[in-house]
Amino acid sequence: MSVDRQNSVAGSDPVVQVRNLTKRFGHFTAVNNLSFEIAKGEIFGLLGANGAGKTTLIKMLCGLSRPTAGMANVAGYNLITQPEMIKRRIGYMSQKFSLYEDLTVQENIRFFGGIYGLSKREAIDAGNIMIGRLGLEKMKNRLIGSLPLGWKQKIAFSVAILHHPGLIFLDEPTSGVDPVTRRQFWEMILETAGRGYTIIVTTHYMDEAEYCNRVAVMVEGNIAALDSPENLQRHYHVANMEDLFWKLTREINGSVTKSIQP
Amino acid sequence: MRTILIIIRKEFKQIFRNRMMLPIIFIAPIVEMLVLVYAATMEVKHIDLLVVDSDQSVYSRQLISKLAGLKMYHVSVIPVAGREADARLLGNKADAVLEIPPKFEQSLVRGLNPVLQLRLDAVNGMAAGIINGYTRRIVMDFQRKWQMNFTATDTHGKIMRISVVPRYWYNSELNYKHYMLPGILVILVTIMGMFLSAINLVREKEIGTIEQINVTPIRRYHFIPGKLIPFWIIALGELAFGLTIGWILFRVPVRGSLLLLFGFTSVYLLSVMGIGLFLATIARTQQQLMFMFFFFMLTFLLMSGLFTPVESMPAWAQMVNRINPFAYFMRVIRMILLKGSGFRDILPEFTSISVYAVIMFSLAVWRYRKTT
Repeated sequence: MSVDRQNSVAGSDPVVQVRNLTKRFGHFTAVNNLSFEIAKGEIFGLLGANGAGKTTLIKMLCGLSRPTAGMANVAGYNLITQPEMIKRRIGYMSQKFSLYEDLTVQENIRFFGGIYGLSKREAIDAGNIMIGRLGLEKMKNRLIGSLPLGWKQKIAFSVAILHHPGLIFLDEPTSGVDPVTRRQFWEMILETAGRGYTIIVTTHYMDEAEYCNRVAVMVEGNIAALDSPENLQRHYHVANMEDLFWKLTREINGSVTKSIQP
Repeated sequence: MRTILIIIRKEFKQIFRNRMMLPIIFIAPIVEMLVLVYAATMEVKHIDLLVVDSDQSVYSRQLISKLAGLKMYHVSVIPVAGREADARLLGNKADAVLEIPPKFEQSLVRGLNPVLQLRLDAVNGMAAGIINGYTRRIVMDFQRKWQMNFTATDTHGKIMRISVVPRYWYNSELNYKHYMLPGILVILVTIMGMFLSAINLVREKEIGTIEQINVTPIRRYHFIPGKLIPFWIIALGELAFGLTIGWILFRVPVRGSLLLLFGFTSVYLLSVMGIGLFLATIARTQQQLMFMFFFFMLTFLLMSGLFTPVESMPAWAQMVNRINPFAYFMRVIRMILLKGSGFRDILPEFTSISVYAVIMFSLAVWRYRKTT
């Protein structure tokens, strides 16, 4: 099938190389024997219902969750043997907002900057650039907990790229935010990708898939399809990603996918 | 090293931004000391004594007035035994009933030994024993004085008895507060160190911020000390604060070296905080952690010798106490404060607690997982 050929990338060395990656929780297989590659500078989308295995896959690639089987190379390091090396080279934004709500914007920036080994000067400079870019001058001394969710998400994204990681994992970054903020958020992602960053993003908003260079549709721990959005729509004879998603989930289940969140 | 400092700074900011923290650190010790030191006392200060005076003689009234003249006794008298006395014991209206039999005076004068009966509410056996002791001493004293008066002219007939005069060392007034206060300090310092640091770590798990930490290249031997040191400093400050309050309120003596006390406490804190953080790496929620703490706190505390002497516990309990850090601290803080023991005297405890600290701290670092 032509779709399978898209699993590997031509040209430069892939930033992420996944081989037979599997994660099981007891009898439940959250991620089932996945293999794919992601090229430098790509925006790679992971689409799927809740419980399809998107978050589990991302957590494994970040070194937060140990794979049950398989191997992967992330940012030039072996996931199984060098997970701590990978952590220096990646940025991660969790599904759940996880900066410190009882610290101010600036304190969060300094803290995470410091943890990533930025000098005080570098952390302050990077923070100022980021605050300027987001137009947060007036809010930099406010506790993050007091800001609206949309702002929090933008700050979380900016903190995730503070140390210029090159590879960024975004786990449902836009869930729960209003459409305007979602659009602004995607502008930030596209702009960052334009500067050479590789971005892996999960979402269950099908329209967001259109922003991605390539999309993997996950159904019950498997990748049901993987290609650029245009190719996928052409191949499956559908008008948009929404229809494609319905078609793929029905094909596999004969019904709607069950919602299982590990 | 810089990473540890960065974490410590962040923790201090969060601690002092938490509205509950300052009251916990400064109000709780004062209240605990005021309430616990008084409430945990074993002294019997107020005795409701019912005297059944079936004799109604001069001597029996003398004995009653002797008892009534003492501050700790609240004496009421009824003439005949019967339901009344039992009812008062049952209704907690009397702690003890002293029955003076008919012909008490007569027997005394004739040189027979009259028998008084003392019935005690022994639900609290310890208190009953103390009331028994007090009351007997007073009755015997009464008898002795009576004998001396009666036989004053006949000095040859007086029986000289050998008497033992006790001297209470280190706590000559048998001041129970001075004994309890160091124990309360142990609880305070332990709760501050062990609870707060462990709860802090589990809270990060609950809120999810731990994930953002775990995805950074932070090392666990940076992270655990970073979590521990702020509360270590707070707990040592708490000891200083508690000692000051204890000195102001109760004049608790400080006979040994404060430097030695703080030195021992620093090491002790590492061991209990190690236990706390180790449990925190196992617990997923604050609730789970609290239940584990209740178990350890209650067991360790009751066995530590806070209320009852460790030496009176069965051999197996004393063996268990070897792994009870509270017991070491309980013993050492009393030795240093009340007896003025020096470094040589506490060396065995110091050695044990140091080994303990190293083991627990390593366990906590080892058990902390950045990957699930």
